[in-house]
Amino acid sequence: MPQTSATRRNAVLVPPVDTRYQIETPEGIDLNLRPAGLVVRSLAFAIDLGLRGLLLGGLFMLLVWLGRLGMGLAAILLFLVNWWYMVLFEVLNQGRSPGKQAMGLRVVADDGTPVGWSSSLLRNLLRFADMLPFGYCLGAISCLQHPAFKRLGDLAAGTLVVYRDLPHQRPRLPAAEPIDPPFALTLVEQRALLSLAERQDELSAERLAELAGIAAPALGVTRGMAMARINGIARGLLGPA
Amino acid sequence: MKQSQFERLHQPQWLSFEHLVVLLENGKSRPEASETFAHDYRRLCQHLALAQARGYSSHLVDSLQQLALRGHQQLYRRRQPVGASILVFVLAGFPRLVRQQWQFVALAGLLLFGSLLLTGLLVYGFPDLVYSIMDPHQVAQAEAMYDPDQSRLGPGGERLASQDWMMFGYYIMNNIGIAFQTFASGLLLGVGSLFFLLFNGLMIGAVAGHLTQIGYVQTFWPFVIGHGAFELTAIALSGAAGLKLGWALVAPGRQSRGQALREAANIAIQLVYGVIAMLLIAAFIEAYWSSKTAFSPQAKYLVGGALWALVAAYLILAGRQHAPD
Repeated sequence: MPQTSATRRNAVLVPPVDTRYQIETPEGIDLNLRPAGLVVRSLAFAIDLGLRGLLLGGLFMLLVWLGRLGMGLAAILLFLVNWWYMVLFEVLNQGRSPGKQAMGLRVVADDGTPVGWSSSLLRNLLRFADMLPFGYCLGAISCLQHPAFKRLGDLAAGTLVVYRDLPHQRPRLPAAEPIDPPFALTLVEQRALLSLAERQDELSAERLAELAGIAAPALGVTRGMAMARINGIARGLLGPA
Repeated sequence: MKQSQFERLHQPQWLSFEHLVVLLENGKSRPEASETFAHDYRRLCQHLALAQARGYSSHLVDSLQQLALRGHQQLYRRRQPVGASILVFVLAGFPRLVRQQWQFVALAGLLLFGSLLLTGLLVYGFPDLVYSIMDPHQVAQAEAMYDPDQSRLGPGGERLASQDWMMFGYYIMNNIGIAFQTFASGLLLGVGSLFFLLFNGLMIGAVAGHLTQIGYVQTFWPFVIGHGAFELTAIALSGAAGLKLGWALVAPGRQSRGQALREAANIAIQLVYGVIAMLLIAAFIEAYWSSKTAFSPQAKYLVGGALWALVAAYLILAGRQHAPD
């Protein structure tokens, strides 16, 4: 059945083809999360490991001086730092252990909500299974084959490690005379033209001309004039500055 | 409506919402400032939906999406009412859960206590067998710990009062670590939990059989009977939690393996909470009661028996009636 332009305009935007993870909330909007891959998570873990080492080293120095009472305390502290370091940070610090914070990561539940005690404890206890047989082998395999990069602990606890997005910079659009598009644009086409106009400062002149050239026949202009025309259409779509 | 008009119209609302979100993220928000939060969040969601439906530019849609995500994180925080729920869990929730998961508890109990008894009897009957299970150095260590000539017993040898505290820390670290390993390795289709249950049963059984056989009865049994009630039961329960995880992967039933695993993990982690509490109690008893030689073995057997009865009664009987609302 041929689609009319009206139904196409109302069509939902196509789901992303990259690793973004979409969650539909009860408010009826889609949230996009960007799951973090193996390398950046390993780096975050290495930072945490180093920090824990330093922490324990410092505490042991202090506690050895306290004698036997200190030894008991040290054992309890070793237990706490070993098993509870990650849990405490993840639950009390918005899903971020110091290592994750440094790498711009955070832990969230599958539905995008913050992690609770149970999920956090689960994913960190099951670290033991991820570490088998040595050096996080199982965790790494699981992480690499999963579309959202989950290790075994994440699978069982229903959690996700995602990037924290940085605030956007306002893109600068070149001044241009607003033009109406030559035909009714679909949502996807409209977004594509606007995105190209907003991203033009990040692209080389040649690449920009090449991309704009793709739209030239549809806009009815020469390839050289295409970018100027797109800027005009973008300005027209955005409205007066 | 053109995008720039839309932005000009709503920008102040988005800015004030972002300000509120930043306060909440840093934990500096006052309750009266957050009263409009839910309303503001819903309005933001509506603006985001509008912006998407009207095909506004990525810059606007993406930044609204980011703001909505941050708002979502704050709105859907897990509520954590700790005090009351801990009490309910201890008095009723945990024993109920143990009874509800009786198949796994029974299997784990059988594995641990069965292998323990069997090895104990075998080593008692065939003394040389202990050297097939443990190396001679470990055997010598176990013998030294329970030598009847000492004033205090258990790992760590002869000790002073200040050492009780040290051993308390050691027991916590060691025993809860073992319980966590037994649980976590259950994720490997249950094989890890099976292994740790059998391994611990084997080792404890061998030590018990050997020490009984060489005649350290008066030092070994009074020492272990008290805290054993909590410690062995807790290890068995952590194994049950691990088996529960593994079984969800082996036989997920009508769910996908991922779903089955998540549901099983939710139940298993509650068992682990109980295990942690039991092991804390066990460590306390082990450090401050079991190691004392001032009491006669009869008193220790009596108290130990009472503790076993207490644990059994707790797991079997507690929480059978509904509390009045």
